[in-house]
Amino acid sequence: MEKNQYLDMFIDESKEHLQAMNDHLLKLENSPENVAIVNEIFRSAHTLKGMAATMGFEDLASLTHIMENVLDGIRNHKISVTSEILDVVFESVDDLEAMVFSIAGGGDGRRNVTKVVSQLEKIEKGESLKEKQLKENLSSTVELNTSEQTSTTETYDDFEVTVLTQATEQGFHVNQIHISLREDCILKAARVFMVFEVLEQVGEIIKSTPTVDVLEEENFDYDFTVTLITKESSEDVKNRILKVSEIENVEVTAIDINTYKSTSSADQPKEENLPVKEDLVEEGSPNKQTVKKETNQQEKANNSASKTIRVNIERLDILMNLFEELVIDRGRLEQIARDLKSSELTETVEHMSRISGDLQNIILNMRMVPVEQVFNRFPRMVRGLAKDLKKRVNLEIIGAETELDRTVIDEIGDPLVHLLRNSIDHGVETPQQRLSVGKTEEGNITLRAYHSGNHVFIEVSDDGAGINREKVLKKAIQNGVVTKESEKSLTDRQVFELLFASGLSTADQITDVSGRGVGLDVVKNKIESLGGNVTVDSVLGEGTTFSIQLPLTLSIISVMLVEVQSEKYAIPLSSIIETAIVKDEDILAAHNQKVIDFRGSVVPLINLTDFFDVPRTRERDAYHSIVIVRKGEKMAGLVVDSFIGQQEIVLKSLGNYLTNVFAISGATILGDGQVALIVDCNALIK
Amino acid sequence: MSESNLVNEIKVIVFQLKDEEYGVEVNQVRSIERMQHITRVPRTPDFVKGVINLRGVVTPIIELRNRFGIDEVESNDSTRIIIVAVGDMEVGLIVDAANDVVDIPNDIIEPPPEVVGGIEAEYLRGVAKMEKRLLILLNLAKVLNPKEIKEIKSIEANG
Repeated sequence: MEKNQYLDMFIDESKEHLQAMNDHLLKLENSPENVAIVNEIFRSAHTLKGMAATMGFEDLASLTHIMENVLDGIRNHKISVTSEILDVVFESVDDLEAMVFSIAGGGDGRRNVTKVVSQLEKIEKGESLKEKQLKENLSSTVELNTSEQTSTTETYDDFEVTVLTQATEQGFHVNQIHISLREDCILKAARVFMVFEVLEQVGEIIKSTPTVDVLEEENFDYDFTVTLITKESSEDVKNRILKVSEIENVEVTAIDINTYKSTSSADQPKEENLPVKEDLVEEGSPNKQTVKKETNQQEKANNSASKTIRVNIERLDILMNLFEELVIDRGRLEQIARDLKSSELTETVEHMSRISGDLQNIILNMRMVPVEQVFNRFPRMVRGLAKDLKKRVNLEIIGAETELDRTVIDEIGDPLVHLLRNSIDHGVETPQQRLSVGKTEEGNITLRAYHSGNHVFIEVSDDGAGINREKVLKKAIQNGVVTKESEKSLTDRQVFELLFASGLSTADQITDVSGRGVGLDVVKNKIESLGGNVTVDSVLGEGTTFSIQLPLTLSIISVMLVEVQSEKYAIPLSSIIETAIVKDEDILAAHNQKVIDFRGSVVPLINLTDFFDVPRTRERDAYHSIVIVRKGEKMAGLVVDSFIGQQEIVLKSLGNYLTNVFAISGATILGDGQVALIVDCNALIK
Repeated sequence: MSESNLVNEIKVIVFQLKDEEYGVEVNQVRSIERMQHITRVPRTPDFVKGVINLRGVVTPIIELRNRFGIDEVESNDSTRIIIVAVGDMEVGLIVDAANDVVDIPNDIIEPPPEVVGGIEAEYLRGVAKMEKRLLILLNLAKVLNPKEIKEIKSIEANG
């Protein structure tokens, strides 16, 4: 039973590793020859296997194991990456995911995976899934400096020989480099590291003797040997290494791998069968460089990942609460310092204020996570869905680093899935249709996130067919959402908004994916419950864009503090257009309703003193402070007594006893420790 | 009665409203606070005095005198706010004074008479007679029933 306490950790980490595998598999699909990516996948699979075995989830462990074998084959260039193979690997990752979810749901993580297993085994044995073995038209363009050829001192195992052979076939030089450090060298490991770094800039290190681990531990005398594949000349490599200080001597020897093979007793007939993709040969050094760059980035990412810890969000909430108490005490201290007129105390309190301000920023930032967390599962989903629907879709993600409050992040996943599914199913046309209207076969879907003011916008746009106004209207009239009479007066935007009405789907055919008329209304409800809104824009034949506007955080909002008689209220800045001061004579009356003329439009006034029954403590004034607020297109002017100023506040609920207080959306605690109520402008405007 | 019954005691916090002494079970009480600034919440029933900042948590406050139809008085030095928790709600009750903690044997608790001190029986759990004192035990779940707020609201709206 002791295992239980690790179960959560196991599930979390498994999900992370599966996500990493998904991500890297997608990358691998784009650059099938990148061994670094395969290594990443392999690492995740390996960790997952280990964890699963430790936790006693045999099925999970064994499937991972078989997958690992295939990955190992790819890694060692025994198996070449093809779309078919990736499909099977993806499928097995799906199965792994299902198992992990089953475990998370309290199940035993068992699952029938014989089909996938047999496919994986086939791949592992080198049998092609479709008999489409690629021909080996690799001309052995071996360029070697045979004059410098000397007997090789290194021995290579089968895999290394394979790698070296391929490298030569691709026009790389294979060099054996013997490096001697100066005897007075103090930080041997550091020099080794620098040498390796230099070498990795020019090529790829295949082997080093002694091994890197040993070298890093400084368990060697003064020299070591590495095998490098590179495009640079041996002279160049040598000069580069000599730039590292404390190097005594560098000997670069070119190796002809074919000669090595013939001289070494071990003959490898295997590599003749090696299915290598044609384009592999053509891709030369530029590609190699990008590969290198990618690995560097990945290394960086790994480094940063290791520096994070998991913290329960509840603890952050508690931290925030405690911090707020501190702020309140700070306010009191400020007051005391003023009363005592002690400059020393005042200085200390001011310093404390600055620190607590920084502290607040840090605490708030801790709750912010990049939308990447939600976005990273989409490429996989889009790929699968497009395949199912026999469409070709390219998903572009922009601004994945945009940060949002954790509470919002947790909620937006489902609505976005809905929108993406919608775009793939309804938006993007089939390749044939696209070609016939002169578009490229592949449809594009862009998922874009960006900050703007106090909001984060997330857009899902496609270059598909767009929304057909007539079709939407017809359906809406059929379902009684609009009347035939009002049809003409609706603007395009209003018509598109109808898509969010429940029970309306314009799909001609109900597919597995969408068309059941649920979805967009759910999306709208969800987004609105998060304090955001969703709009749609479309041009027939050119595409559709869904735009979601979300508050940066659910717990901190910017407000305008106002005084109504002697009570303080907070009005969310997001609904304020501007503030104004008007005279008595500017106020007009229309149908018993006081209104003002605000920049050409008639805005009704709501006197908060009357509306909230605030006890009168002030003399009536001929000048009125007015906050103009809006809800969508509609506006209203809230009459208050004075503006206090703009402030970031922590949103709090009124508790479970006072639910649904009219026109109050919550409360906050001010610097002086008192509670101020937050006005819900949406409820004020009808 | 028998000895075993004596073990069945409940511990209550005793507070005062006007001339009567009331009791709430100690395990429902979170804390007892002095009177402090209360932010009025508009458009709520009269007995909801507003909300306070209770160590970072916004907590609603009820004027118990008003809730039970007793004339309100100005708060003074002995006025206390008893923070009680019922279910997932935390609410503060304004009382005239919080005096004491006593153990009451279960067997001296009698069902409430129809009306005690002007409070309807449904808000009461029972009445305990202890020597010269008479303790009225509150049924907090009933007193704090949020549905009551709505009912009262609609009555007020109609009136």
